[in-house]
Amino acid sequence: MITLQPPPSATTSHPTPIVIGPAQLRAPRRAKRGTRIRYALVISAFLLPSAIPLALFTLVPMFGALWVSLHEWNLIGAMKWVGLNNYASLAVDPDTHRAFLNTAYYIVGYLPLVYIGGLTIALALNSRMPARAFLRGIYFLPVVTSWIVVALVWRWLLNPEYGVVNYVLGLVGIDGPGWWTDPQWAMPSIILASAWKDLGFVMVILLAGLQAIPADLYEAATVDGAGRWRKLVSITLPMLSPSTFFVIVISLINGFQVFDQVYAMTGGGPAGASQVVVQQVYDLTFRYGRAGEASALSWMLFIVVLAVTLIQIRGQKKWVNYA
Amino acid sequence: MSRLTQFAALTAAAAVAIALAGCSAEGSDAASGAVTINYSNFISNGGNEENLDAIVAAFETENPGITVNVTTLPYADYFTTLQTDLAAGTQADVFDIEYANFGAYVRDGVIAPLEEVDTSVYRTSLADAYSSDGAQYALPSSFSNVVLYYNADLFDAAGLSYPTSDWTWEDEKAAADQLADTAAGVYGDYQPISFYEYYKAVAQAGGDFLANDGKSVAFDSPEGISAAEWLVGKSGTVMPTPEQGAGTPDFDSSLFLDGKLAMWHSGIWMFGALADASFTWDVAVEPGDAQNASAMFSNAIAVSSSSEEKVAAQAFAEFLTSSSTMVETRLNAGWELPPVSDDSLLAPYLEKGAPANRQAVFDALEDVALPPIVTDGQTEMQDIVTEELTEAAAGRKSVDEAIAAAAERVDAVIG
Repeated sequence: MITLQPPPSATTSHPTPIVIGPAQLRAPRRAKRGTRIRYALVISAFLLPSAIPLALFTLVPMFGALWVSLHEWNLIGAMKWVGLNNYASLAVDPDTHRAFLNTAYYIVGYLPLVYIGGLTIALALNSRMPARAFLRGIYFLPVVTSWIVVALVWRWLLNPEYGVVNYVLGLVGIDGPGWWTDPQWAMPSIILASAWKDLGFVMVILLAGLQAIPADLYEAATVDGAGRWRKLVSITLPMLSPSTFFVIVISLINGFQVFDQVYAMTGGGPAGASQVVVQQVYDLTFRYGRAGEASALSWMLFIVVLAVTLIQIRGQKKWVNYA
Repeated sequence: MSRLTQFAALTAAAAVAIALAGCSAEGSDAASGAVTINYSNFISNGGNEENLDAIVAAFETENPGITVNVTTLPYADYFTTLQTDLAAGTQADVFDIEYANFGAYVRDGVIAPLEEVDTSVYRTSLADAYSSDGAQYALPSSFSNVVLYYNADLFDAAGLSYPTSDWTWEDEKAAADQLADTAAGVYGDYQPISFYEYYKAVAQAGGDFLANDGKSVAFDSPEGISAAEWLVGKSGTVMPTPEQGAGTPDFDSSLFLDGKLAMWHSGIWMFGALADASFTWDVAVEPGDAQNASAMFSNAIAVSSSSEEKVAAQAFAEFLTSSSTMVETRLNAGWELPPVSDDSLLAPYLEKGAPANRQAVFDALEDVALPPIVTDGQTEMQDIVTEELTEAAAGRKSVDEAIAAAAERVDAVIG
């Protein structure tokens, strides 16, 4: 159930507070009891439409999966209690290690690429240039395109025999790799397609951050004789750190959950070279009928994501600047 | 109450109502006497949808008051969907099943034992395959096998004689080498590198896929290795590689239809799709090595144990698997073979036009290699074998390494 809490009297510590209701909804600090209950009701009315689906479709399945993870279950037969055996066997299973390593490989390759790429485009599109709005739209287009479409297009672009990428490489005398058919290149192919698709998202967040930087900071720096590089390092990047933090947290979580592009581009192959954790969960459940182990693996992933996110939130004090 | 509070109460009520609406039961038309059953299938996908419609229409005419809703899915998605439906309890009244999963479905109680079925109308071996502890749990809907297709025009152009049932691997290889013409983009041979081709090749080489107890593999033997070499050796020599598209859906059938493939190992379910080919083609029994061994597959349909219309569902299942409409429709369309016991009913099949040598379909039934079945881990076993063979075909592992790795991994899954 949802616990009703008295309205917060202070603003939250969220980096970018989002105002969701009219100002008059905020309860006065020393309101009467009846008034406070009424405010609680009103706030809940706004929250319920999202809280109920969240409970039904996220929290219930999450704890259902925890229950399933303690059983051996093929989805259609009877469930057999096995306690923590699924966790124990997964912990020593080379397939699990491979899935986590491949996921880490994906994140390490994807995150710098998408951040630096997104930042470069955001900086370019923040300056005065013709067709700026049009270009912003173009870069955002892949973000709102279905992964299935994007994956099919990239599969063709990167087709070892007929793909345009290897064709162009051939023109300059490079014998292009097997891309998604070669275990060495399958993950780089996925990283490339993913970074391309998500560039627009990172760009939009960073662009908003850039526009919030007061112009007088740059003016003062100019007066002090700072060059472009000095301004970027000493003003832009520190002032952008809250947006950077947001991008990194979201991208990391998405990175751990990478699935659509893997499923559509390689299915985890060849020979498991791009098998990531969520693809492994999918295969265990829907191909092999091992829902207990799949649920245990999901919870292992959840705990890893939670831990990494908590570490980031603690670490942000050191470098994120909310001035 | 203030307006704000009223608004709050209404919103809350609406949210609860929306959430509950998802849980409400579906309507039923039982009161009117009309019965609707759902049938979920993959067997008609890819060209036989209209033929299935014809059989369904005939059933509805003979059984006024019963309506059949047909859902057709591609084979590649069918079993994932079925498993999800079974888990959620949203499966159709009647659905297609595969022999590989039959045991699990009976054990888990998801398919209903059929009442008083006359199994004498079915081929004995097929009907028996779907019975368990004296009860019939599913009915065979068709059977089919795999033959060697060949493009007669390409054979003529090369001055080679056509494949016969006496051919061995040696003959096939020699012909493939001569027929392959890289410059013209013509390939000599195509055989999928997969579990289903491999278990059969092991039998052709005279080996066993599984040990007698069914708990460990036996393909890590000289026969198993020569079977793997037979398949893998084709890739990149007389057959396209995965980089060139081998293994992707419809790749091989398009290649053959384009006249770019001289020989092709495929199922007789492709007869219909090749009817309009612009060249002469025919089929022969697949060449063996130490012995002949042809794959035979059967599809079957079962009634859901949670169906509320079991009688109507079973009536439809029986009609779809044994009626004369079904026999006629399947024979006319070249849509696999009706599972009937009376061979005289199949006689017209031999006269249905291309391919001329339809007798090969029946000759192949004389030496059948059935797929190995394990109680647990069937799909994993199949995936592992296909994956390791593909590694060998891509040259990333030697055949010996791939077979050793496959044996070790499969043993760990099925033991």
